[in-house]
Amino acid sequence: MSEIIMRLWRGDANGGSFQEYRVPAQEGEVVLDVVHRIQATQAGDLAVRWNCKAGKCGSCSAEVNGKPRLMCMTRMAELPLDQPITIAPMRTFPIMKDLVTDVRFNFEVAKRVPPFAPPPRQPDGTYRMFQEDIDRAQEFHKCIECFLCQDVCHVIRDHEENKARYAGPRFFVRFAELEMHPLDTNDRRLLLKERMGLGMCNITKCCTEVCPEEIHITDNAIIPLKERAVDATYDPLAFIIRKIARRKRPLPAEEAQASAIVTTPLSELADGHGDAKKAKAKA
Amino acid sequence: MSAQSVTAAQPAGHETPVILGGVRGGPNKKTLRTDRWWLQPLATASGLLVFVVYATWAAFQNANYYVGPAMHRDYLSPLYSPCLAQNCKYVWGPVLGSWWSISPAIAVLIFPLGLRLTCYYYRKAYYRSYWGSPPACAVADAHRSYTGETRFPLILQNAHRWFFYIGAIFAGINIFDAVAAFRGFSGGIGMGLGTLILCINGVLLSLYTISCHSCRHLLGGQLRSFHTHRIRYWLWDKITPLNKHHMLFAWLSLFWVAFTDLYIRLVAAGWIHDPRFF
Amino acid sequence: MADYEQRDYDVLVIGAGGAGLRAAIEARTEGVSVGLVCKSLLGKAHTVMAEGGIAAAMGNVYPEDNWKVHFRDTMRGGKMINNWRMAQLHAQEAPDRVMELEEWGALFDRTADGRILQRDFGGHRYARLAHVGDRTGLEMIRTLQHRAVQSGIDVMMECKVYRLLKDDDGTVSGAVAYWRESGRFIVIRSKAVVLATGGVGKSWKITSNSWESTGDGHALAIWAGADMIDMEFVQFHPTGMVWPPSVRGLLVTEGVRGDGGVLRNRDGKRFMFDYIPPMFAAETADTEEEAERWYTDRQGARRPPDLLPRDEVARAINAEVKAGRGSPHGGVFLDIGSRRSADYIKRRLPSMYKQFKELADVDITVDPMEVGPTCHYIMGGVRVDAETAATTVPGLFAAGEVAGGMHGANRLGGNSLSDLVVFGRRAGLAAANYAKQRNLATFSDKLIEEITTAALSPFSSEGGENPYTIHAELQDMMQSLVGIIRTHDELVQAEEHLARFKERLGRVSIEGNRQFNPGWHMALDLESMLTVSTAVTMAALERKESRGGHTRDDYPQPDPELGKLNMVIRFSGEPPFRGEMSVTPEPIPEMPDELKALFEEQQH
Repeated sequence: MSEIIMRLWRGDANGGSFQEYRVPAQEGEVVLDVVHRIQATQAGDLAVRWNCKAGKCGSCSAEVNGKPRLMCMTRMAELPLDQPITIAPMRTFPIMKDLVTDVRFNFEVAKRVPPFAPPPRQPDGTYRMFQEDIDRAQEFHKCIECFLCQDVCHVIRDHEENKARYAGPRFFVRFAELEMHPLDTNDRRLLLKERMGLGMCNITKCCTEVCPEEIHITDNAIIPLKERAVDATYDPLAFIIRKIARRKRPLPAEEAQASAIVTTPLSELADGHGDAKKAKAKA
Repeated sequence: MSAQSVTAAQPAGHETPVILGGVRGGPNKKTLRTDRWWLQPLATASGLLVFVVYATWAAFQNANYYVGPAMHRDYLSPLYSPCLAQNCKYVWGPVLGSWWSISPAIAVLIFPLGLRLTCYYYRKAYYRSYWGSPPACAVADAHRSYTGETRFPLILQNAHRWFFYIGAIFAGINIFDAVAAFRGFSGGIGMGLGTLILCINGVLLSLYTISCHSCRHLLGGQLRSFHTHRIRYWLWDKITPLNKHHMLFAWLSLFWVAFTDLYIRLVAAGWIHDPRFF
Repeated sequence: MADYEQRDYDVLVIGAGGAGLRAAIEARTEGVSVGLVCKSLLGKAHTVMAEGGIAAAMGNVYPEDNWKVHFRDTMRGGKMINNWRMAQLHAQEAPDRVMELEEWGALFDRTADGRILQRDFGGHRYARLAHVGDRTGLEMIRTLQHRAVQSGIDVMMECKVYRLLKDDDGTVSGAVAYWRESGRFIVIRSKAVVLATGGVGKSWKITSNSWESTGDGHALAIWAGADMIDMEFVQFHPTGMVWPPSVRGLLVTEGVRGDGGVLRNRDGKRFMFDYIPPMFAAETADTEEEAERWYTDRQGARRPPDLLPRDEVARAINAEVKAGRGSPHGGVFLDIGSRRSADYIKRRLPSMYKQFKELADVDITVDPMEVGPTCHYIMGGVRVDAETAATTVPGLFAAGEVAGGMHGANRLGGNSLSDLVVFGRRAGLAAANYAKQRNLATFSDKLIEEITTAALSPFSSEGGENPYTIHAELQDMMQSLVGIIRTHDELVQAEEHLARFKERLGRVSIEGNRQFNPGWHMALDLESMLTVSTAVTMAALERKESRGGHTRDDYPQPDPELGKLNMVIRFSGEPPFRGEMSVTPEPIPEMPDELKALFEEQQH
């Protein structure tokens, strides 16, 4: 039986290097299987993040031969096994250990997305939505939050300083899902332009190329959002039509008010944490 | 549009920017990719370069862009259409005064050029292949700092929609030129190989224009809900599959414009004869 | 002195799947502070794997449907051993919980008039599952996750709870956990604790469960002295992938059969017609012709036997394979490609299409899938009060898969997602109310130090057992001795094996340091797995009959007397293994007459 050579990044914040492991080839395996075999037999403390091993949870993101991939959905048979297979942690995020990175950046950005704000229900207690509207938005709901798009996006991959002002493709998908939700009443267009760094994206489409769920991130999420931002700001015709129609557009702030979902203000809680403390400190 | 409203739209307590710091893992290398990732940007750069060199040369020729009644044909090169200059030998009529002495192509090319320069596909193409930002996925950006399209001049990319409006008019003009090419030399209807080439040109330019992302957005995409807008939904639904091939139409129409110009140029110069079908 | 960080909350929720998130949201809405602990990143919990849908008698497709029918289906699917009150509350409240998800942003597939579309599933009389293609679980967890984040819940990701802490009165008042990243300890003090840790499937070799499903919550409850019921009932989902080996056990949604897929053996025969049990004979088609008609005519035809409850189908597949009529890799064929158009399949079952295409090189729109039973779900769990999800230990609540009683001997597909939100909400509400009446407890450094020392003990020895090896052997053992078909002798052997595993676990040694060390994590998870496996084995030994997810080769028939009893597991002693585990048969709560009448109506 032939032998596979795997070069895995071993290390942490203090540095690291590629370590070579040799394992016998087995039929029908994916990269994650081989990593697990190495873990069980040669490197018990090899850190790798994974969950479902079925491409549904988006945990096992890494860079296989330099390409951002899910390890569980990359079959060994599709790789050139005559050469060593290189597996490195995602480049954009700080390393924790070995193949595991600190992806908290994404969870912090997630907190800054203004929530879904539905109108009141129909008199019969239901919401009516139609399949054609659902179909468009459901594409974005497929996102498994593997953060490969965030990893590959050069805006933050190659420019650490941009993390302060750029939400990244995953969150443009999230914004698109809300902006195209047939019931939502919030307007996030100016927020996207002014704070989420929509203009930072130069639509070079790497996010779309790496998406394991095949979401057309650039064409169906980011560009429509950019066009929406143009609607709100740069479009001469839209501007004139707005003036003529004298349509009063509610300010985003007013609508955001309506979407507040926490019943008790955080700062009033006796022993709240995190956010509550920040809120207190500000006051 | 004030910054104030933007701030208020954020949930309280989350106004601070997200920087978490930390040390990145993996080796400090430009890329770990082992495939020939440079092939695609190289091909794109070459293709665009060939077009730009040819189009620039052709636009400054100020000759051989029209095959007129003298040859019993009515073909105008798309690079020169609509022909607005005093010295133009074509029916569009003089809009520019006699002071315009350089090639009339220069007066009109700015608009299709603007459409293509701000096009979402071409932006990807030249940002990757010429600017190296990034050259390919998971290959390091060629530049140390990056602000995207948030500052002058790249903020002008947001004007794509303006160019789309004009581009739609130009697509119509090119279709008009194709129809005009059916004019026979004695007032009837006729068709030559050039007519066919101009027709294909009109179709490809139209496909490129209506498959544009701005078009898709304006006709239906900007709606939050399709259900109550049946016609706009229908339009959006039909344009969406075209939009998927926007890149293909971009290349085909680009190539065909140059080819059409070349064909007309060769016929006008008398180098080749345009075969007549009827 | 022990080195640890401390955090205080009103309510601590352990587990961030559907039940945990729903509980946390509800508690937060009650105005208390909430800490949510999960072993993985937020949004990766096993709930994302749920495919088919969420069962709720909304009657959008069949107006005849109502909670009573749903209740009856649930009880009959559970072989009447369910906690009737849980089943009733579940059937009554599920529609509201689904509507609530919609209000929070979930996008379910729609009917033509814009309401939520519902699909057919095994054991459900009417099309009842609200769904999003075949990724309903993802939709649900994402919706809840966004809601939780916006509500200001403190999420502690990649953190495992190692032991629960009790105050002097025996009330659960906190937990000792460790960060998987750094290996550092954290003491979380809280006024109430909600367990929502999900399942135990990782103790079996062929399983649809992820590494997380090690039964931590079951074990924490056992160690805390809580009553456990129905632990012998483990659901083997009839359709898991069998090939290639690396994906063996991976789930193939029941939606494939709901949407027209049928099971065939090696000879192409639809063998399910030979396995219709008397209990379901009245409403199951007995000819292929009638089964075909059912897809379009619900009134004039009975359901195809391919859509019998999961335990029946799993046993039938098992029997076919044993009789030598299986597929090349030891399963049977699930065929939808020859029966439905490629477009339809790709639209209804996109992730199944992708899963087979990418992992097995099978195009399911053309070729049949090879499928076989896979360990999927444990019906048993912590005994809880139906109204409040309170366990028998004060201060401790449980919801979701870790709680027992709701599903009886066998869970119907689609009832799990609804279980999560119905009882997740109830647990969060009850825990918040409980917390409001209490103060935080204090714990001595000595106690914390004892616990952390125990957790770190695998680092102190060298050259001992490899935790991965123990785990692999445990999985093999449970698969062969405590699998779908069980016998007295094998269960006794299993108990002996388990005792040896426990002893070996005491000699385990770990390489490397505490920083993100999967070997160490495995060693600690094994404490839970061995505890839960023991409980399952003991309960299985005691139940001398076959019922639902528990099949005894030596007692192949259901025993009506045992059908009135729960097997209750209790443990007294020190975690993990120092103490006595006992099993006691206790009567199930009796159903009131008006609900009993629902089953008598059915007889006519």
